[in-house]
Amino acid sequence: MKTFPEIAHTELRDTQLRRNIRKATTTIRARTARVTAELPDWEQLRDAGQAIKQATLRDLDKHLLQLEERVTAAGGSVHWARDAEEAREIIIGITRRHGATRAIKIKSMTTDEIDLNPAMHAAGIEPIETDLADMIVQLMDDTPSHILVPAIHRNRAEIQALFEDKFGQGKLTDKPTDLTAAARLYLREKFLNTPVAISGANVAIAETGSVCVVESEGNGRMCLTLPRVLISLMGIEKVLPRFEDLQVFLQLLPRSSTGERMNPYTSLWSGVREADGPQEFHLVLLDNGRTKIMADEAARETLHCIRCSRCLNVCPVYERTGGHAYDSMYQGPIGAILTPQLRGYEKAGSLPFASTLCGACYEVCPVKINIPRILIHLRAGATDARRAAHAIDPETVAMKAALWMFASQSRLGAAQALGRIAQRAIAHDGLISRLPGPLSGWTDTRDFPALPAQSFRAWWHNRAHPK
Amino acid sequence: MSARDEMIARIRATQTAAPPPAHIPAYRTHMQANRETLVQHFIERLADYHVSVLRARGDGEIGEVASRQLATRNIASLVIPSDMPASWRPTTPAPREDTGLSLQDLDAAAGAMTGCLLAIAETGTIVLDSGPGQGRRALTLLPDYHLCVVRESAIVGIMPEAIAALHPHVLRGAPITFFSGPSATADIELDRVEGVHGPRTLDVLLVA
Amino acid sequence: MRVSLFITCFNDTLFPQTGQATVTVLERLGHEVDFRPEQTCCGQMHSNSGYPREALTLVRRFVETYRDAPMIVVPSTSCTSTIRAQYPRLAAGDSALLAELDTIIPRVHEFTEFLTRVLEVEDVGAYYPHRVTYHASCNALRALKLGGAPRALLGAVRGMEFVDLADIEQCCGFGGTFAVKNAEVSTAMLTDKMRAVLATGAEVVTAGDNSCLMHIAGGLSRLQAGVRAMHIAEILACV
Repeated sequence: MKTFPEIAHTELRDTQLRRNIRKATTTIRARTARVTAELPDWEQLRDAGQAIKQATLRDLDKHLLQLEERVTAAGGSVHWARDAEEAREIIIGITRRHGATRAIKIKSMTTDEIDLNPAMHAAGIEPIETDLADMIVQLMDDTPSHILVPAIHRNRAEIQALFEDKFGQGKLTDKPTDLTAAARLYLREKFLNTPVAISGANVAIAETGSVCVVESEGNGRMCLTLPRVLISLMGIEKVLPRFEDLQVFLQLLPRSSTGERMNPYTSLWSGVREADGPQEFHLVLLDNGRTKIMADEAARETLHCIRCSRCLNVCPVYERTGGHAYDSMYQGPIGAILTPQLRGYEKAGSLPFASTLCGACYEVCPVKINIPRILIHLRAGATDARRAAHAIDPETVAMKAALWMFASQSRLGAAQALGRIAQRAIAHDGLISRLPGPLSGWTDTRDFPALPAQSFRAWWHNRAHPK
Repeated sequence: MSARDEMIARIRATQTAAPPPAHIPAYRTHMQANRETLVQHFIERLADYHVSVLRARGDGEIGEVASRQLATRNIASLVIPSDMPASWRPTTPAPREDTGLSLQDLDAAAGAMTGCLLAIAETGTIVLDSGPGQGRRALTLLPDYHLCVVRESAIVGIMPEAIAALHPHVLRGAPITFFSGPSATADIELDRVEGVHGPRTLDVLLVA
Repeated sequence: MRVSLFITCFNDTLFPQTGQATVTVLERLGHEVDFRPEQTCCGQMHSNSGYPREALTLVRRFVETYRDAPMIVVPSTSCTSTIRAQYPRLAAGDSALLAELDTIIPRVHEFTEFLTRVLEVEDVGAYYPHRVTYHASCNALRALKLGGAPRALLGAVRGMEFVDLADIEQCCGFGGTFAVKNAEVSTAMLTDKMRAVLATGAEVVTAGDNSCLMHIAGGLSRLQAGVRAMHIAEILACV
């Protein structure tokens, strides 16, 4: 299990990644800033979004039961999955029952979260990702680097070579329009001839038993409309109580996500509709650690996230490392708080530290999730876990020593005096250019100031008590 | 314990961690604008999406305007919902009614022509609910061209107005599709490409 | 006005000139400054690094030290925002401590905030004939929302040639222990910050927080870039 700084070490050296991610984040940043500024009630919408999410989680049991009742009444089936394994079994079981050897998929981070694709392969069912970027990532046997544009680390030449290799359409150009047209042709046959589709859900409405998918390419509409069977997997936190709540999120999401006033396609359906769309609909409600997050008062607002990816696009850390460093389908600031809560500190304990706490994410989050505050909260959890696992934790020793020093003014004064003596070996011309141990990370690239001849407290003392 | 019961129990056990319910602040619920402004706003947004806008002064002109535009676009075969009013129907190409056509037949059609339920001026969005004159969802999805008839009176200002109008339809189980311009992707090097899987060309016929 | 200085451990130990300059400016404006030697550290490092219990000890010490201080001025944006945003969370569950914080926190002001919002002064009589650019630390920008206050103070300095820094909202990559735990990412961020600073042609980069400045200056010095860092108080102290 590699840590964030270990993977970042490699990613930082990928110049194409660095350039592409920067282009993506700066472009989307400018767009989101423009279209959010033009709404006179943007701040009220953010507050409304936050308040609705907060209130919804409070009575989540009621809303989920109502959703179940309405979906069932509309001819759909509702399944409950406590964890990833249960969700995989449900989805694969339904697909198998229809004798399907393949299923078309709409971009869904939740299906990535439960590792659905490998399990489907193992069950002899081919999962076909239909979002252009997800398809590129899947065909390359790669992993996503951005929530919104998962193949942003790849360039057009690589994609051209990939499509030429996989599509059987002969020679292609490297023009994005041509590559997109090739994907349209390649996928059309799959859309028309695959019996089962699997989707995620951006929102579900308890009141009306509706599920909503927000997308751009139309692959979503294809999957939601053409196959006989539709299976939608959603985290339990995605439900909203009332249909009118949708008006807040359909304004917040596209503007924060792609920076559009409205995304090209939004689909909403309630159960099954005769002679229009899939004739069998399954909604799978996933817990997989979400109720554990809800139980943590200081972190439960993590579940307010609407997966817009705006926090990635403003994050200075993400902009340098890209998404792979987070080793998760959830990346950037939201990934740094969500992944450790879903997977535990043993597997993702370095993520809460992958931030300078600059606060850019909190400043723009459409539902005002206080990500820096949660990062700090999780750092305490990660530190406790580390302390529990090691008899002697060097950082803890250092922190305890610092506290011992700060707990007394005379000890602080003595440490300052001692430091001035100790630094004689390493300080030159007021600078230290090589620090020992873990602190060498600083001086590898930066000088450190030497302790001055006199501390402030010594100066003040001498000023107040002239000799 | 069933998964359902266990998940519900887990949720209930977390309720002590929930903050007290917050007041939901007011936000805009409608756009202060007259009909003319709404129409103008909608047309400007469609222009942003590179959608062509045609005008008809009344229902009687729809078929004729449509025929001309279909000729301009070289649409050789057209599918329409079976309940489309006679005055809307173009003469050339002779439209084929979707009376349960196979997906392959729909896919083979060059274009589709439908009405819509309503449109949103602020975002240039058109909303379908598979209601009268709209056909089922696949009809406006598989052909590569969509000519959509929008009545000026069906244009609302902002999303909350659309949601209020949609509410009764959704309660009756209608599937809803919002579309704002043609499909698009920016997945390859963030270059925007218009037209991926849905109809790659969208024309809007505005009826006064 | 009688003003208690919370110098912060960082300035006390590494940047005493910032504290001295703060005293100079406040005294020049006719205020009486006091320094309570019991003060040490606000607890920011412990709190931000995952040691809230240890930080709480320092919260209590801060309250002990400043309980009766009418006005507390801090020449550090990050320490000020630690006190404001984190102290109540660290003290959660201790209602007596929370009640004390309720009365103390409104009396705590970051240095430039104190000048512009409490004293409502922009011209402190400074003269500094150099080309200067200003780095808005994340805490000044987002946590304290200081807005144009530091810029207004610098604008009133006679003789100064001020140059705006591009991408001013971007973090310099310090982030406390982040600079060590994620040293390479931190350096990548610093590189862009240094590029922006160098593009201004300034000879001095200033800010309201010596932690950002130590980071930026540490990188610039390693490159022999010929740009120095100075806390804003030090510029305002010059006459």
